[in-house]
Amino acid sequence: MNSIIPAPIAGLPWRVIIILLALVSIGTTVLYSAAGGSFEPWAGKHMIRFLIFAVMAVIMSRMPLDFWKAVTFPVYGVLILLLIAVEIMGFAGGGSQRWIDLGIISIQPSELMKPAIVLTAAWFYDRLPPTKINGIDAIWPIAALLVLPSILVIIQPDFDAALAFIFCVVVVGFLAGLPLLYFWAGGAAIAILAPIVFFFGLRPYQQDRVLIFLNPEKDPLGAGYHITQSKIAIGSGGVFGKGFGNGTQSHLDYLPEGHTDFIFATMAEEWGLVGGLVILFLYYHLMRWGLTVAVNSRSRYGQLVAAGLTCTLFFYIMINLLMVVGFAPVAGLPLPFISHGGSSMLTAMICVGIIMSIERHPGSREGQFG
Amino acid sequence: MNSQKPVSSAQQRFTFTRRTMFVGGVQAVLGLVVSARMAYISVAENEKYTVESESNRVSLTLIPPRRGWFIDRVGKPIATNQADFRVDLIPDRVVDKEKTVATLRKLLDLTGDDVERITRELKQAKGFQPIQVADGLDYNSFAKVSVRLPELPGVSPRQGFSRFYPSGPAVGHLIGYVGVVSAEEYQEKKNPLLITPGFKVGKDGLEKVFEDKLQGTAGAKRVEVTARGKIVQELDTRQDIPGKPIQLTIDIDLHNYAARRLGLESGAVVVIDCLNGDILTMASMPSFDPNSFSGGIGRTEYKWLRENERIPLLNKALQGLYPPGSTLKPMAALAFLDLGIDPDETVFCNGGYTLGNRRFQCLGTHGSINMPNAIKASCNTYFYSMSRRVGYDAIAPVARMLGLGEEYKLPFNSQRYGTIPDSAWMKKKYKKDWSQSDTLNATIGQGYVLTNPLQLALMSARIASGRKLQPNIIAGKRPLAPLLPYSQEHFAIVHDGMDRVVNGPGGTARGSILPVEGVKMGGKTGTAQVRGLDKRGGNQWKYRDHGLFVCFAPVDNPRYAAAVVIEHGVGGARAAAPVAKDVLTFLYDREKAMAALESFESGWGGTPEERMARELATFRGTVASPAAPAATTPKPPTTVTPPANPAAPQKPPVKKPDNAA
Repeated sequence: MNSIIPAPIAGLPWRVIIILLALVSIGTTVLYSAAGGSFEPWAGKHMIRFLIFAVMAVIMSRMPLDFWKAVTFPVYGVLILLLIAVEIMGFAGGGSQRWIDLGIISIQPSELMKPAIVLTAAWFYDRLPPTKINGIDAIWPIAALLVLPSILVIIQPDFDAALAFIFCVVVVGFLAGLPLLYFWAGGAAIAILAPIVFFFGLRPYQQDRVLIFLNPEKDPLGAGYHITQSKIAIGSGGVFGKGFGNGTQSHLDYLPEGHTDFIFATMAEEWGLVGGLVILFLYYHLMRWGLTVAVNSRSRYGQLVAAGLTCTLFFYIMINLLMVVGFAPVAGLPLPFISHGGSSMLTAMICVGIIMSIERHPGSREGQFG
Repeated sequence: MNSQKPVSSAQQRFTFTRRTMFVGGVQAVLGLVVSARMAYISVAENEKYTVESESNRVSLTLIPPRRGWFIDRVGKPIATNQADFRVDLIPDRVVDKEKTVATLRKLLDLTGDDVERITRELKQAKGFQPIQVADGLDYNSFAKVSVRLPELPGVSPRQGFSRFYPSGPAVGHLIGYVGVVSAEEYQEKKNPLLITPGFKVGKDGLEKVFEDKLQGTAGAKRVEVTARGKIVQELDTRQDIPGKPIQLTIDIDLHNYAARRLGLESGAVVVIDCLNGDILTMASMPSFDPNSFSGGIGRTEYKWLRENERIPLLNKALQGLYPPGSTLKPMAALAFLDLGIDPDETVFCNGGYTLGNRRFQCLGTHGSINMPNAIKASCNTYFYSMSRRVGYDAIAPVARMLGLGEEYKLPFNSQRYGTIPDSAWMKKKYKKDWSQSDTLNATIGQGYVLTNPLQLALMSARIASGRKLQPNIIAGKRPLAPLLPYSQEHFAIVHDGMDRVVNGPGGTARGSILPVEGVKMGGKTGTAQVRGLDKRGGNQWKYRDHGLFVCFAPVDNPRYAAAVVIEHGVGGARAAAPVAKDVLTFLYDREKAMAALESFESGWGGTPEERMARELATFRGTVASPAAPAATTPKPPTTVTPPANPAAPQKPPVKKPDNAA
């Protein structure tokens, strides 16, 4: 590196920082327009939050790999306690609650549990002797670790979070080398059970929700409204969009949640297909970076964590994008780095910070089972 | 699968790398799926979604076009539009129906009737269809509602136009009325203009027939609105194009006069211009006030109209069919002349006519009588005797030639054309042979003969002019009507007879000489029996005889022809001829005619509007003004002594005996 730039700054992971800065800048621009051309109430906060969390992520990147290994299980335990606390507070407060207000910041334990469950799964498979990967011992402990938080969030009720936990654990298990047979069997079981659950397990209103997702025009003013309006926003944007500040779907409130869950539609209305492809291109590089870090890591824990967290981010991105273009049911998942919202930004930056740490500390090739 | 072999760390690293590649590949594929989907929506479906986005953003508010006017032959307004303030309800947006209606009732002083109608319409409402709460509001009421809008969701106060009929009930039957489009009409055309608040279509009469011409083209206001319906900015406005005016042949002053002159009676007056067939007046009373229909009529008012035994909802000039009685005698005389009967030939009248073993009554004992005097005295015996000689099959064509039993191309939806019977008709309709007593009855306008008042007026116009005039209601230049195929001398003889009816000594309408210097009226009275003498139920109104009168003036150079029918008016000379006299007087001397009318009206309890308002109030159970006399005001004194009504000295064997005045 050139000596003009001081070593600590030159040593920062500039590749990922530039990708994130680009994504957050796009988010800030869209939020600025969605607020009618104002940094208040979203755009300014969005950028400031990112800068604070970026500092946090850089600090996290300095932590050695062993630190993460050491805190994994305590973090998991604390989060379980917090989930129980949320449950009790919700019960006492007479309604469902997902937040713990700490005064300065409110914490959503189910949100923090997503990276934590990845760490936990990676920690487990790191400790599991390779010879046992095909046995029952490779399944039940992690299954137990997964079921506990899942039940706690389902009570809330927050099915989306439970799905995210399951996805994280399944991905880590897959990468850890669980027999492929499990995945084939699991896929087949879902294919068979899904219709049975649909017809016999779901209440009529739940069935309606699925049917409306399949055909949103059936209920243009009800549950299908979000998807329909989102498609109108994207479709009317065309290739180059209506121009900065000219989106009518978002400015006239036809598009609901235009600054959070449906921010991609808000963006696409003003910037068109081109804007969408730029964002996808940036996400592609983010994913590539995360998986490259994973493959380059020499420790098994680092590999699993980096890949697992990358997939966690991917889960957010893809569920959101598929929903916005009408390929997935409406779920309250924001678009990482672009949607307004502190909690999702925090989770995403924790993921990035830990991956950055793994990039900086590839570890030794010699694992404990050499 | 290497599931049975022991796994080493190196193998696991290899598996990890391979599976990571796979995961990366899956992610890339999903990324491409999203890109492709987005490209499809924004490129292939761009047009569709651009349209949808625009229809979200832009709300099109239609501005109802102002309806074309109806004007009379000199351009005076018959139906116009009044700028007014109105309040509507959009059923879908109303949150608390009962509370909203209650609040509006307080703010706008709505009657119980209005509230009942609004509640009923609100119940039947289809969401998209606005309901009228009130129109024709003054600015104060309008402002009162406007300031309370935030607490009244679904209430829409607007400025608009409403239809106004200056003549009120006088033109109810002629013009018809307008009203809000019904659900069926909307389903048929699906034109969004139809359900715009304040938009009315013709529901009856000329308003309905000329709907397309009167409607005009809607204007539109494009505004940008938010999802919550808040207007962001006005984009552009296209002005409405008002409907075209329609000029009628009606002389509205004369028409109004005729309607008022009918007074407490139930009947019709038709006046026709003898030069071109223009209908100058076509009044039918009692009637309804089209102004109250246009605002959505209350249930009580409608019930009051429907239950009235004088049938205010029926246009008597076109839909009322009456036996014409002796008013057909001039026509019969013309037929006799055409068939070669000498007008000076006399018939001896001994008070009746014997056919076989049946006696047909005359009104008097006229002795030896010729044609003009038979018209003058309305001698049945003369007409019995002559018609028996020529046969009714020879008279019926003349009746038709003069317009009776015929259909006209007039723009009214429901007309009834009546009957001029003959032997062929009898065969077809009743499978019976025509008898001589049928001839006798038909000749004096009884039996199977039925006509409407317009036909009677047209008959007298054709007799007066000698031309085959066609009735017109829409103003316009028309070619001179061809002459009728009868000799002018014959017409002169008939005119002479009709002159004697009014102006001759002993004429049946002697009391109705025109009080106008130099203008004489020719006419013919008629009294038509409603049911057989044996069945006359005492003095009940609905069993009394109809009074009819046909006339024209001036008698030496006919210009105006008229027919007056007074339902159950007892006698033509007593009830109908005085009305005709005043109406024709109005054409020559308005002041004199108005003076006569005002003296009548002071006895009747005011103008038709005043009387209707009072009767309706009585019907509602609340008398509007206690000082006003009730609807049972005694009949006005007429200037004519009623002719001696034959008191049925002999039981007629069949249902239609003679009875003519």
